[in-house]
Amino acid sequence: MIDWFLDTFGGVGQRVLHGVRRLGYATRFFLLTLAKSGTSFARFGLVVKEIYSAGVLSLVIILVSGLFVGMVLGFQGYNTLARYGSESALGVLVALSLVRELGPVVSALLFAGRAGSAMTAEIGLMKATEQLVAMDMMAVDPVARVVAPRLWGGILSMPLLSAMFSAVGVFGGYLVGVVLIGVDEGSFWSQMQAAVDFREDIVNGVIKSIVFGIAVTAIAVFEGYDAPPTAEGVSRATTRTVVTSSLVILGLDFIMTAFMFRG
Amino acid sequence: MSPLVELTDVAFAYGERPVLSGINMAIARGKVVAIMGGSGSGKTTLLRLIGGQLRPQAGQVKVADRVVSELRSRDLYRFRRRLGMLLQFGALFTDLSVFDNVAFPLREHTRLPESLIRDLVLMKLHAVGLRGARQLMPAELSGGMARRVALARAVALDPMLILYDEPFTGLDPISLAVIGNLIRRLNDALGATSIVVTHDVHESLAIVDDIYFVSEGRVVAHGTAAQMSDSELPFVRQFVHGEMDGPVPFQYTAPPYGEDLRLGRP
Repeated sequence: MIDWFLDTFGGVGQRVLHGVRRLGYATRFFLLTLAKSGTSFARFGLVVKEIYSAGVLSLVIILVSGLFVGMVLGFQGYNTLARYGSESALGVLVALSLVRELGPVVSALLFAGRAGSAMTAEIGLMKATEQLVAMDMMAVDPVARVVAPRLWGGILSMPLLSAMFSAVGVFGGYLVGVVLIGVDEGSFWSQMQAAVDFREDIVNGVIKSIVFGIAVTAIAVFEGYDAPPTAEGVSRATTRTVVTSSLVILGLDFIMTAFMFRG
Repeated sequence: MSPLVELTDVAFAYGERPVLSGINMAIARGKVVAIMGGSGSGKTTLLRLIGGQLRPQAGQVKVADRVVSELRSRDLYRFRRRLGMLLQFGALFTDLSVFDNVAFPLREHTRLPESLIRDLVLMKLHAVGLRGARQLMPAELSGGMARRVALARAVALDPMLILYDEPFTGLDPISLAVIGNLIRRLNDALGATSIVVTHDVHESLAIVDDIYFVSEGRVVAHGTAAQMSDSELPFVRQFVHGEMDGPVPFQYTAPPYGEDLRLGRP
């Protein structure tokens, strides 16, 4: 009986300890990367290159997804609002849903799948092919030269992608609501303008996207740097980046929403 | 003159598993020295100790009269600027062209104008016979060419010490001879010192001055290439002549053969 108990719960305890250790290690790595970010700002071209890789190359998936999410919101929103004779508030519904929630969250989830996984795979493969060792032996710090620019590239890209997601989403809602269904264009835009508060809604949405950007990129670079230098190790690290980032985004979103929109 | 690289009673273990113990070496300036031994004998670990990637648990590794394991991070990087290293498969940066790979250390560590960097890179590439391949990407190179580009990159800053980790692995005979010749010629032209960790006996005997044989974490033999070639020491003989059985047994430890086949039992 005691053996069974130890076998069952001992394993759980070990997993928890491993998780806590790994969290501590990841936090130390994140702080180390921040401390070694001087090169990234002294040679900002390195960060610009990463903004291109993480941000510009993610534009297509972000814009297309934003458009479709906005169009679906247009349909669903109109359907619900029409029951109460409030179709004219469609613009408010679309805009608030996007800038408060869907813009930051969905763009961060897409960013984790597109850019986060690519970052992990790239750094992991650099490690597996000894490129990071070669750099270290050339007296070039791989954390300062490879990891920090990617971290800052991701952090700077995320809020911009999220803003573009929301803007295109609002346009998608307009296409469906105004152009396709025939909601009054004046009330669509004027009610949106009156109801969306810059400080309460837009700034809070931007703060969310910045936090998501830090979380996703920090997870992606850590997983890449920590990946075992084998094909299987890199593949598992890439999967972990997407899964962990997605869960962290949703968890952080709940916490931030609870604090930001308490009413 | 004091040796450039000096190891005194060096011991190292990965966790509980001892890899090196009581290692003593003295590598004179200007020499090309090979460290040979079977897989898992601790050769690459030795190279990592000399490069400061690992710290010994006992003993001292001195390069140019400085104890490598006592260098602080900034001093270690300053020391590595005078060090070139060729890793097993070249480890070229796959997102950079051949030219940019060789220019990398120059751009990172000097403030030379781009026109001068261009000339220096072309000189290094010319020395390894690949000036015409400057615009190619690493994926477009053969194994031998990648190794030559990595060699040009390793000597870009004219190092005092060049470390080679298995430079001959997986090369065809022509590439193998080319890399061997380049190791010797570049060492002499730069007035550097080279340490080559390798299994390749015949290529090494042709280009190196001295050889250290390492087995089970200890130096088992040391001498000039000619002495080692004619050595009657059982381990050296087996290694140099590729004999199947000897101090390194052909059979993995097992119960007596007859007993395993149950001979003599009813």
